[in-house]
Amino acid sequence: MEWIFKPWPWYIGGPMIAFVLFLLLFFGKNFGMSSNLRTLCTLCGAGKTSRFFNFDWKTQQWNLFVALGAIIGGWMGANWLSNEAIVQLNPDTINQLHQFNIKSAGAAYMPEELFSLQALTNPKVILSLSLGGFLVGFGARYAGGCTSGHAISGLSNLQLVSLFAVIGFFIGGLLMNHFLLPYFL
Amino acid sequence: MRQLYFLFIGILFGIIMFKSEAASWFRIYEMFQFQSFHMYGIIGSALFFGVILIQLIKRFKLKSVFGESIRIPDKDKSFYRYMLGGIIFGLGWGLTGACPGPIFTLIGAGFFPILIVLFFAMVGTWIYGLVRNKLPH
Repeated sequence: MEWIFKPWPWYIGGPMIAFVLFLLLFFGKNFGMSSNLRTLCTLCGAGKTSRFFNFDWKTQQWNLFVALGAIIGGWMGANWLSNEAIVQLNPDTINQLHQFNIKSAGAAYMPEELFSLQALTNPKVILSLSLGGFLVGFGARYAGGCTSGHAISGLSNLQLVSLFAVIGFFIGGLLMNHFLLPYFL
Repeated sequence: MRQLYFLFIGILFGIIMFKSEAASWFRIYEMFQFQSFHMYGIIGSALFFGVILIQLIKRFKLKSVFGESIRIPDKDKSFYRYMLGGIIFGLGWGLTGACPGPIFTLIGAGFFPILIVLFFAMVGTWIYGLVRNKLPH
């Protein structure tokens, strides 16, 4: 049982994600996390501003419970199921990130330079997180799904359009990672 | 009561996202640098089993636990919305290292600046709802 407390290798994580996809189908639903963002907008009253948010949020209540579960699962993963959560990165990756002043690379689960409360004293970090979040929300809804809806659920169902979306994810991600990210760090 | 099933599925999903490190910004960075097989292995093996499971569901016309037939709707045929929306999403994914699932996981794991990402992801969704009639789909 010792392996549970260590980081899980890809051949455990990947098949278990497929199992989650199966469970949701078996319970009569479809896997898609970004739909929750739309539901949250509706709960905040966005239905007054656009018909896009005028739907019965209760039909999506089940998905909010999945999201709530993901929060609880994140807490359990970090607090109960990990001895020390440090991501073992490729040494080249660590060197690169050190050059960008991400000194926590190789010594933490998340970059402290972006995701610690202390980091929020840096206005540039707040700007990066805000812009990134905006792009994630806007893009996911425009594309009609995110990594779970297209890359996992859509591709598993052999949907050609999900392949377009996933190619788009990688074009955008590679552009950001290789050309733009240095300006945001 | 039915909602409890979904809470448990969500808990399982959150644990997987955290423990497989798919929720880590570092892993996403490393993936886009092609410096590790880890994320490709996760997505690839999830797809491998996902394709098989969905084919089995269709072949054997499996019913859900509630006795309904399992429906997996086809997505609308189009190109622009998937490619353009995908690229915009990818830019955000590459910057924050977080797609919507891990955003929730990271809240629970205690990385609270992710709440800024969540808030602006909602703002982005809202703005999309306002301007979507003017966008090519």
